[in-house]
Amino acid sequence: MTDDTRDGHRSGGQELSRRAFIKTSGMGTVAFAMGPAYGAGQAAADEETETRLEAGETVPITLHINGRSERLLVEPRWSLLFVLRERLGLTAAKVGCERGECGSCTVLLDDVPRYACMTLAVEAVGRRIETAEGLMDGETLGQVQASFVKEDGLQCGYCTPGQVMAAEGLLRRNPSPGRDEIRHAMSGNLCRCGAYAHIFNAVEDAARHRKG
Amino acid sequence: MTTPFSYVRPRSVADVISSLEAEGATIHAGGTDLLGCLRDGVYAVDTVVSLGDVEGLAGVRELKDGGLAVGAMTTITDLAGHATVAGRYPGLAQAAAAVASPQLRHQGTVGGNLCQKPRCWYYRGDFPCLRKGGYKCFAVNGENQHHAILGGAQCFIVHPSDLAPALMALDAAAIIDGPAGTRRVAVADLHVAPAEDPTRETVLEPGEVITEVRIPAPPAGLYNSYRKIRTRRSWDFAIAGCALALTLDGDTVRQARVVLAAAAPVPWRSTAAEDVLRGNPLDDAHIRDAAETAMADAVPMTHNAYKVPLFKGMLIEELAKARPR
Repeated sequence: MTDDTRDGHRSGGQELSRRAFIKTSGMGTVAFAMGPAYGAGQAAADEETETRLEAGETVPITLHINGRSERLLVEPRWSLLFVLRERLGLTAAKVGCERGECGSCTVLLDDVPRYACMTLAVEAVGRRIETAEGLMDGETLGQVQASFVKEDGLQCGYCTPGQVMAAEGLLRRNPSPGRDEIRHAMSGNLCRCGAYAHIFNAVEDAARHRKG
Repeated sequence: MTTPFSYVRPRSVADVISSLEAEGATIHAGGTDLLGCLRDGVYAVDTVVSLGDVEGLAGVRELKDGGLAVGAMTTITDLAGHATVAGRYPGLAQAAAAVASPQLRHQGTVGGNLCQKPRCWYYRGDFPCLRKGGYKCFAVNGENQHHAILGGAQCFIVHPSDLAPALMALDAAAIIDGPAGTRRVAVADLHVAPAEDPTRETVLEPGEVITEVRIPAPPAGLYNSYRKIRTRRSWDFAIAGCALALTLDGDTVRQARVVLAAAAPVPWRSTAAEDVLRGNPLDDAHIRDAAETAMADAVPMTHNAYKVPLFKGMLIEELAKARPR
């Protein structure tokens, strides 16, 4: 992921935003603002207005991803997973079942693990989105990622970014989970290689290092 | 990718109701069921009306009568982890904890859970089944191992909700807002049996939205539980489940609610089993009798006869746990 790509989307957004068909009830076309917690610099939405996005049109939104604000164009039907991978090049979250069953697309929304495939991008506006890329410090792995490597918590690795985010979400909520709590919190993430025992060891290892 | 739809994000329930007037409009609460259905092309939607910006729809609050009101946008995670809910209605907290996976519980809501579409693979798949306005139920002569053993007529889905049986056992009611105002519907009356209309799941009329669920104060001596049996233990829909709400005086059952999950197209209250329990000691004989009675009217299909002994065994185990120690 390079800044060039992101800037490309930004300038594209400005260029294309004229196409966006946005209306708020009782008013003409205004800047699109969604949600009371929506980012600074946007028109504060009147309490009486509602946002309406037309089918098939793209509209500019801002998503807060891994500590950055990303302004980009989306269609209402686009999932957060599609936007992360295909519009922002953030490919850690994986396409698995695309039906909320496998967990390979798990990301954090306001610290809480969610399936990006079952979340509309427009529903994620105003939330803090984090992917496995966001756990990195430059080229250095985050603690949960390092523990997965150390404990061999993977075979093919496809489910791993989702497993890592589920574990990260658990440890933010509960820094000292027991084995049963780990199994429970990780139950929404399938591993077809069956590396579960090592995955649970990795979460335990990450918890130990987090405390220390 | 789903077919295109418009997206509306109203700020008030009144605006939600007016947005729902549009042809082909539907509600997005948590979105987990909606997005799955849209992706599978189960039904078409022109406008998605998000409840995400409507104030006051999430959270649990105390009612003056000692009951609780649970906002429709309360997540399943928040319901499962709510100390007052777990303290007063442990069965409801158990049911919430048994819903789907952690990620889906973080996203899914109480209102959405009650209004979710059935999981029947013919309904979800590319079959012109009765429930989608087609001509027959494909489960009758098909793969029906997860289908109904009670209450089936024309269509043989099982209702997929864990919360609905638990709420029904507690005599909870849904508060529904719509163009004609606010009405209160018992959760027991919320779902539509296929004998009445196989194409709809709930009594909600166009433009209506569940805003809250109200649970009456727990009676003294309440024993409340929920058991869910799955083919996969980590997470899945139920193949059998039961919600119990028993009022005990010593070991005598004063009041009983026995509601079965994954048995019928609607959450299935077994009044016959309740009659066996009421006024009697919760001993082995009555427990076995209640379990047998609950299944007396069961009509298994070609591949789901296993459910009959499964339900009986589950009821025997769960009723035995209710005995005072």
